[in-house]
Amino acid sequence: MSAYKIIDHEYDVVVLGAGGSGLRAAVGLSEAGLKTACISKVFPTRSHTSAAQGGISAALGNMGEDDWRWHMYDTVKGSDWLGDQDAIEYLCKEAPKAVKELDRYGVPFSRTKDGKIYQRPFGGMTKNYGNGTVQRTCAAADRTGHAILHTLYGQALKHNTEFFIEYFALDLIMKNGECRGLIAWNLNDGTIHRFKSHITIIATGGYGKIYYSATSAHTCTGDGNGMVLRAGLPLQDMEFVQFHPTGIYGVGCLISEGVRGEGGFLLNSKGERFMERYAPNAKDLASRDVVSRSIAIEINEGRGVGKEKDHVHLHLDHLDPKVIDDRLPGIAESAKTFSGVDVTKDPIPVVPTVHYNMGGIPTNYKAEVLTLNGSEKTVPGLMAIGEAACVSVHGANRLGSNSLIDLVVFGKAAAKRASELIKPNTPHDTSPKSEADKCLDRFDKIRNSNGDTNTAKLRLSMQKTMQSKCAVFRTEKTLKQGVDEIRKPFEGLDDISVKDKSLLFNTDLVESLEFDNLIRQAMTTMDSAYHRKESRGAHAREDFSKRDDKQFMKHTLAWQEGKEVKVKYRDVHARTLTNDVQYFPPKERVY
Amino acid sequence: MAQFSLPNNSKIIKGKYYKNKTESKNIKKVNVYRWNPDDGQNPRIDTFEVDMENCGPKVLDILFKIKNEIDSSLTFRRSCAHGVCGSCAMNVDGINTLSCIKSHSDIKGELNIYPLPHLKVVKDLIGDLSNLYKQYESIQPWLKTSKTDTEKKEIIQSQKDRSKLDGYYECILCACCSTSCPSYWWNGEKYLGPAVLLQAYRWISDSRDEEKKERLKKVADELKLYRCHTIMNCANSCPKGLNPAKAIGSIKKMLATS
Repeated sequence: MSAYKIIDHEYDVVVLGAGGSGLRAAVGLSEAGLKTACISKVFPTRSHTSAAQGGISAALGNMGEDDWRWHMYDTVKGSDWLGDQDAIEYLCKEAPKAVKELDRYGVPFSRTKDGKIYQRPFGGMTKNYGNGTVQRTCAAADRTGHAILHTLYGQALKHNTEFFIEYFALDLIMKNGECRGLIAWNLNDGTIHRFKSHITIIATGGYGKIYYSATSAHTCTGDGNGMVLRAGLPLQDMEFVQFHPTGIYGVGCLISEGVRGEGGFLLNSKGERFMERYAPNAKDLASRDVVSRSIAIEINEGRGVGKEKDHVHLHLDHLDPKVIDDRLPGIAESAKTFSGVDVTKDPIPVVPTVHYNMGGIPTNYKAEVLTLNGSEKTVPGLMAIGEAACVSVHGANRLGSNSLIDLVVFGKAAAKRASELIKPNTPHDTSPKSEADKCLDRFDKIRNSNGDTNTAKLRLSMQKTMQSKCAVFRTEKTLKQGVDEIRKPFEGLDDISVKDKSLLFNTDLVESLEFDNLIRQAMTTMDSAYHRKESRGAHAREDFSKRDDKQFMKHTLAWQEGKEVKVKYRDVHARTLTNDVQYFPPKERVY
Repeated sequence: MAQFSLPNNSKIIKGKYYKNKTESKNIKKVNVYRWNPDDGQNPRIDTFEVDMENCGPKVLDILFKIKNEIDSSLTFRRSCAHGVCGSCAMNVDGINTLSCIKSHSDIKGELNIYPLPHLKVVKDLIGDLSNLYKQYESIQPWLKTSKTDTEKKEIIQSQKDRSKLDGYYECILCACCSTSCPSYWWNGEKYLGPAVLLQAYRWISDSRDEEKKERLKKVADELKLYRCHTIMNCANSCPKGLNPAKAIGSIKKMLATS
């Protein structure tokens, strides 16, 4: 048994993560008078929300007629009908209010001539249920995520939110199927902390780092998802991994869809605007999964550019330099820094790159975590929001600019629901000792591992397997190999070596704990992909090239224990939330 | 001339030398500041021979290579690796910058990597930024407006007024500027420093904000503001190409003319 001294805290609510959704929730909770702690492994403004570029969707109608129902239709179609339409209705209806609120918070949005929030076209965003493009994506130049994150941090400061910064969360505390808080490690002084809370809100973001090449930050390791799996709860729709069409070739740095929104386009080695063939109407502004697959086909058929013919070109050299200056300055800077390209003269070399996880912790539209126990059940005391959650509003494929709006709408919804569920300063009962023991035993075991394989090596092997066996196109054969291969780095955990034994800012140990979280998610992703024998949204099977609504119009749920991953399914919500809009029945998805 | 000497426990000693174990002929010597609060030892400079044949283009790629392949205990902050999160700010070859956007090919000969100057070191390349964060809170970085009917209407802001935030709202709080400023080195507890003053100016110049006067009054202090002596290190070191000195100048001008 490990001998770590535990420092106890009691809060009404604990928010884990301080990106866009975590901060928005924390602001709402503080406003409601709930005693709230916000825990983050990085200083809030370092969170990956800062990397979001193009914008945040909301049917404000500042650039022409718009309607939240059109936004809802686009999101349902973008999700390839895997999204829950009650949640999508909630998202799209609440979106305009949420953006106006951000404006009041101080987000420096770009402006129209009459001083309103500027909106740009984005992939899959249409008017009148698919008839023509609409300008719905609200932008602060091409630094929208940065602007929103910094503004929300300011709001949290205004509301005196209590932050625990550079604390690494280890495990949830569960009792009789309910969540009672979590245990975390303070990197700056090496102490262990137990946060008792009536509600724990997980806002830890995505897990892009299971792949070798991703636009995700190094900190995007889905720690909350890992904690949920260890608590014996399932993750949902993990097979749906979004490849962004335009990551900088060889680097993975994101180039916003806003570039194509402002008129940029893709060319192959023959100088063809190939998207005209794959999506005659939307062309370069088709949904991300469609554009990424098109690029992959162009490359596979030998029409890629460069020495290896393994990428394509994104042109914006035809745009007015003033447009680039005003609306895409960050892109111009990134292209220069990471590919040495002057975008006013030359194209940017780009390739589809892992970008976003549609899957995550299953929740309803109130952000309450769901599990399956005969039928759909909520897990008391546990909520999830943002990329960590799978609400599911993005279904099988997320539309660009729908993630930032997801953060603030469901961050706010979580705070609202929490304030309905608990009264400020409700007393806490005792925390189960066995949970703390289990958590610290794992921590201590990894800390004191003296095997022969360093963490970086295991991580690399996991990332290479995911990249080669679970990419844009998948087959039975590659997935079967993947299912076997991905277990090797998991078994490797038994032979891991952690050289730094200290408790003070031990990043060797942090990376090992992160790997423990990542590999579980990698296994659930691979197995979920193997079991879904159809093509839907971002999950494209060469051997099952059609969507199969009869068998697979349902969410995958995956539990992980040791090497075993158990896969079950739950029905997609084929209903809307209110009578303000009718259910959109599935149809063929063409752009 | 006055002679200053460091206390004994701050003197930097020569550390370990890690010889290249690959066949590669293309080797770069990388000297890295190390300090572990746990071992009671003085800070030291470790030298790593790094194989440049198989290394990414940025200084951060070198640090990853060292951490992944040579010494996993090397400690530094990093996150986005694309120059937007501000985590990996450090002193590279004598200049404060983000290691994720700094090309190592720009640096000839040996490469020297230190933490940001004049911060308490937490471990290796990690500096303690808590003072700067506290100062950031003190300027109240949120919009002050009496408009309450907020879910229904946007606040109208002209393009011209919005453009006044350009060059300021982009700040990523990496602290490269403040930790390069000699005035901040000496008076860091009281002088707000370039990063925080730039942020203060960002809110002062937001046309939607209704407390411009109070904000100006709050920073109009001999120590908080007027310790800026236009040395301009801040503008030279900002990895995002911003000019905090200009923001500070603008605040001084507003105060002089109000």
